[in-house]
Amino acid sequence: MSGYYFVTMAALVLTAFFISRARAGRLIKGGVGQLHSLPNYHGLFAASAVFVPMLVIYAVGAPLLERFAETQALSFFGTDAASDALHRNATLRDIQNLVAGQYTGTPADALLEAARTLKSTLWWGNALIYGVGVLAGLLAIGLSVGRVSAAFRARNHFERLVVVVLLLCAAVAVLTTIGIVFSVLYETIRFFFDPSLKGRPTVTEFLFGTEWNPQAAMRADQGDIKTAYGFIPLLTGTLLITLIAIVVAGPLGLFSAIYLSEYATGRFRAWAKPVLEILAGIPTVVLGFFAALTVAPLIRGWGAYFGLDVASESALAAGLVMGMMIIPFISSLSDDVINSVPQSLRDGAYAMGATKSETIKQVVLPAALPGIVSAFMLAISRAIGETMIVVMAAGLAANLTFNPLDAVTTITVQIKTILVGDQEFDSAKTLAAFALGFVLFFVTLVLNIIALTIVRRYREEYD
Amino acid sequence: MHTMVDKHADAVVHAKVAVGLPTPKVSAKDVNVYYGEKRALQDVSVDIPDRGVMAFIGPSGCGKSTFLRCINRMNDTIPICRVTGKITIDDRDIYDPKLDVVQLRARVGMVFQKPNPFPKSIYENVAYGPRIHGLSHSKADLDEIVQSSLEKAGLWNEVKDRLNDSGTGMSGGQQQRLCIARAIAVNPEVILMDEPCSALDPIATARIEELIEQLRKNFCIIIVTHSMQQAARVSQRTAFFHLGSLVEEGVTTEIFTNPKDKRTQDYITGRFG
Ligand SMILES: Nc1ncnc2c1ncn2[C@@H]1O[C@H](COP(=O)(O)OP(=O)(O)OP(=O)(O)O)[C@@H](O)[C@H]1O
Ligand SMILES: [Mg+2]
Repeated sequence: MSGYYFVTMAALVLTAFFISRARAGRLIKGGVGQLHSLPNYHGLFAASAVFVPMLVIYAVGAPLLERFAETQALSFFGTDAASDALHRNATLRDIQNLVAGQYTGTPADALLEAARTLKSTLWWGNALIYGVGVLAGLLAIGLSVGRVSAAFRARNHFERLVVVVLLLCAAVAVLTTIGIVFSVLYETIRFFFDPSLKGRPTVTEFLFGTEWNPQAAMRADQGDIKTAYGFIPLLTGTLLITLIAIVVAGPLGLFSAIYLSEYATGRFRAWAKPVLEILAGIPTVVLGFFAALTVAPLIRGWGAYFGLDVASESALAAGLVMGMMIIPFISSLSDDVINSVPQSLRDGAYAMGATKSETIKQVVLPAALPGIVSAFMLAISRAIGETMIVVMAAGLAANLTFNPLDAVTTITVQIKTILVGDQEFDSAKTLAAFALGFVLFFVTLVLNIIALTIVRRYREEYD
Repeated sequence: MHTMVDKHADAVVHAKVAVGLPTPKVSAKDVNVYYGEKRALQDVSVDIPDRGVMAFIGPSGCGKSTFLRCINRMNDTIPICRVTGKITIDDRDIYDPKLDVVQLRARVGMVFQKPNPFPKSIYENVAYGPRIHGLSHSKADLDEIVQSSLEKAGLWNEVKDRLNDSGTGMSGGQQQRLCIARAIAVNPEVILMDEPCSALDPIATARIEELIEQLRKNFCIIIVTHSMQQAARVSQRTAFFHLGSLVEEGVTTEIFTNPKDKRTQDYITGRFG
């Protein structure tokens, strides 16, 4: 049914477009200047005048009809079918199966009746929607074609519509974000304050506790292991690994960007840049086992050589590989930013007698700094959010340590560990994932705000 | 070809004798410039005296900027560019491999067509040159250099209360004077200006011209301009370029009132270009 509707709609939209455009085109005698809007805009205006109402009619009508038809069908059953959600859904499924011809067994009379009603209500309803829609479309064609005249401001009307569409798109993105934040926030609040949850921590215990051990809840009978939701070890683990990653990737990425944009020949640049970007495309799982199977044993070997005791899963291994992962972010973005610094600034410095490296240090990099800071922030956000590499290379042990040679764990890894497998969503342990998610979100938010402030302050000073 | 060069050399000698030219500050001999295969300048020879303004005029694309950029070796920054011939400043070959281009550029300042202050404070813009060339030994030294440069550029009174504001936040004319201040802060001997007023309105232009009038007492200034009036107003000598060669060079009033070459005459009377 909806297929017909949309085909008709497309036909009407095209008709409106071509009729209006042709009419507007015929108005041109001599020069385009006499017409306020170009013929294309008249066409687009008419097309949208058909498209919008028809879409709205369908978008409103179809769900309404469905609800109505279902109520009609359910009226053949007792009141409990209407009130009890479980019962109601089962009945509806039966009816629908019957309509689709997939019902097994012999249906009861009421069910047959209900199916017939559902079918016919849907049919008539769809016909009604179709009729109303086509009518509205034809009406819109009539009206909009009638409005085609030299003075009609079709362009302004159409452009206003475009603005509305753009606004709606922006609104969807913003609302989704808000929705995600609130659903996480809701579960987080449940985690802390729902009295029916056993073993939930207080906010202070969570934020300042130095022990993380959610699994113990499973083994309450063992008694000697206490459940703990102290989030500090996860935070330090996350920060430690991110720090190692950025210490590795920051200089490497920035310096390679400087080399690529300022020193490299065109030929070298032409193949080096794509190669760097391939590095960004390596799945993190692959990087993860590279970390676990290649880098970690290497570090262990070196550690043994220097007489250091290195855990087989170490923060260092995870951090190093994560650093490799984010190098392309930093180098590629910084390279773009450095390239966009105007040549006239470089010429100014050269003409003052600055050497190439002085020019880069004192003129190019400061001018590119806001962009470079955002590149770093993006890379840091990636590092904080990365899970796979850490799972494979840094382990699950929530150690509160700043020693890069120890095993640590991160916020994301714990979220993953808690939620893997079948879980009921009403134990403190599962809800802890939401609290972690919320904190993670908060940490990245704060980092972004800091970055934005740095960039803004810098801009105010210089630009 | 041969006779043409000879005739040209004659003309230069002739001009020298006629005005009693002192030893030139900048002297070019048979300069050719190539961009890849393309020859942008052919056998340019000219002597430029100290303490005065020399104007380069000519139609677009004739090689004025190219020649100007030879004098502080800015063409080195263009990989495909090749310069042959000899250019001397105070009788020293500036393309001598032993000569350090950094020192050359400290002696030969440049102001560009579009004002290009660094995205730093006004103070830092002017202090930039003295800093990289180690001209100041203390903060007070530097302050003084900055102040005197801004004064010479006629900008001090306008900016003395906001030295820490951004250099890019000023008007186009102020930015261009800031660039001039930046160039003279290292106390160069020669200042090259490539159409310094083409992005400015008449009032800002008049200020820059006044400034050039002041500066010529202490510097050797070479200016590229598309405005014949400007060349006539600010310069003492003028060189006319056409299709990569230097057609005629001499005292400005002579060039404008009594050009020897037909092409010069056509250009200044507005018949082409
Ligand atoms: N970077 C470059 N690469 C290749 N060719 C160049 C380059 N710069 C200049 N040219 C060429 O050299 C010739 C002279 O250019 P130049 O910029 O010196 O002219 P101009 O006299 O300054 O012109 P205008 O008055 O328009 O500034 C032109 O034909 C130009 O195309
Ligand atoms: Mg030029």
